[in-house]
Amino acid sequence: MWRDALLVAGKDLRIEARSRVATNQVAPFALVVLVLFGFALDPDRGVLARASAGLFWVAVLLSSLLAVQRSFAVESGDATGDGLRLSGLDPAGIFLGKAAAVAAQLAALQVVLAAGVVVLYDADLGGPALLLATCAAATVGLAAAGVVYGALAAGLRVRETLLPLLLLPVVAPVLLSATRAWEAGMGLSVDDGWRWAQLLAVFAVVYVTLGVVAFGALLEES
Amino acid sequence: MAPVVRFRSAVALLGRFPALSGVDLTVEPGEVVLLEGANGAGKTTLLRACAGLVPVVAGEAWVLGWDLRADRRSVRRRVGLLGHAGTLYDDLGAEENVRFAVRAAGGDPAAVAPALARLGVDGRLRSTAVGRLSAGQRRRVALAGLAARSPALWLLDEPHAGLDAAGRDLLDDLVRSAAAGGATVVLASHEAERASALAGRVVAMAGGRVQAREPARVA
Repeated sequence: MWRDALLVAGKDLRIEARSRVATNQVAPFALVVLVLFGFALDPDRGVLARASAGLFWVAVLLSSLLAVQRSFAVESGDATGDGLRLSGLDPAGIFLGKAAAVAAQLAALQVVLAAGVVVLYDADLGGPALLLATCAAATVGLAAAGVVYGALAAGLRVRETLLPLLLLPVVAPVLLSATRAWEAGMGLSVDDGWRWAQLLAVFAVVYVTLGVVAFGALLEES
Repeated sequence: MAPVVRFRSAVALLGRFPALSGVDLTVEPGEVVLLEGANGAGKTTLLRACAGLVPVVAGEAWVLGWDLRADRRSVRRRVGLLGHAGTLYDDLGAEENVRFAVRAAGGDPAAVAPALARLGVDGRLRSTAVGRLSAGQRRRVALAGLAARSPALWLLDEPHAGLDAAGRDLLDDLVRSAAAGGATVVLASHEAERASALAGRVVAMAGGRVQAREPARVA
């Protein structure tokens, strides 16, 4: 399973490195979202700084949709999905590989977005341990849930529009928890941020487990 | 030896439509069998069913000793299917595509370079992104993927499509050498004359059923 996961993750990341969709489209899209939020709330930079955690995670969430859609778009051209099924690769390994590749892209994106909120919103990213732990747990959860629902939508003609409809409500707890944890980490609230981070970790474990168990069936139906 | 393919009254559905409606077919080890029939006869579905991509919902279906109705995954990694599409990633190079296919199937990566060379995919073509190749060149890369994997059962759907004269000759050589090496080949083709010359037996299909079996015509 782990060998297969490495193989699939390596393949997906190599494709992204060649196509540069993540760097030329997903990352600029995320930054545009940040800038648009800035336009909307511009008169009061204090509001932007206070809302920066939520705006950061909304941008991550929207960008994760693009990353997940892209991950399955590469499996729809030239019947490569058939190739994946015929390969004999362990479906759990395929799931872990695709989730790892999406997670790697989201992690890189978060670095860019973090710089963005500091520059554009004047945000103070104090409490790095909590912020990083939140990013790690939320990234794994988003990637795992995204790949599960991406596979679910992959076989449908309306997948591009269906995926956001399926995924966004499911990952709403990630948005809520990650925002609260970041607000605590940035000193914007007195909540116990680590409890929110723990909730994110539970979400990640649930969806990684679900993906490992169910991805074979999802792959057959896609 | 047990047959490589043994279908008895096999039924397969595409949606609610019975694309195979009671197929009886036996293919012995080392045979090269040509499936003939009009569009919609069920040739592609039969090949995909043999590969474990289309589920057989009634009857018996055994491939390489595995019961397709019970275990399709074990069959999949042992067969090689060349369908209408090449299952290639546009953004990866030719060699990267073949290497991924071979490693995924647990094959020997050392077989990649000779297979590409054999199909005439060499020099700069090896590292060129497949999305930039012509249809014929893509076909050659896909065939190299099969050759490098050396599956026990080759399932070829219109394999000559898109290939130039030299490519067709290479494909024919590949099929003959695979059969000589003990592999079994089932191919579907509308190029009856050329494909018949490769096949030891022709199986006619119509309406999702095998209609008749006859010796291959000599070109």
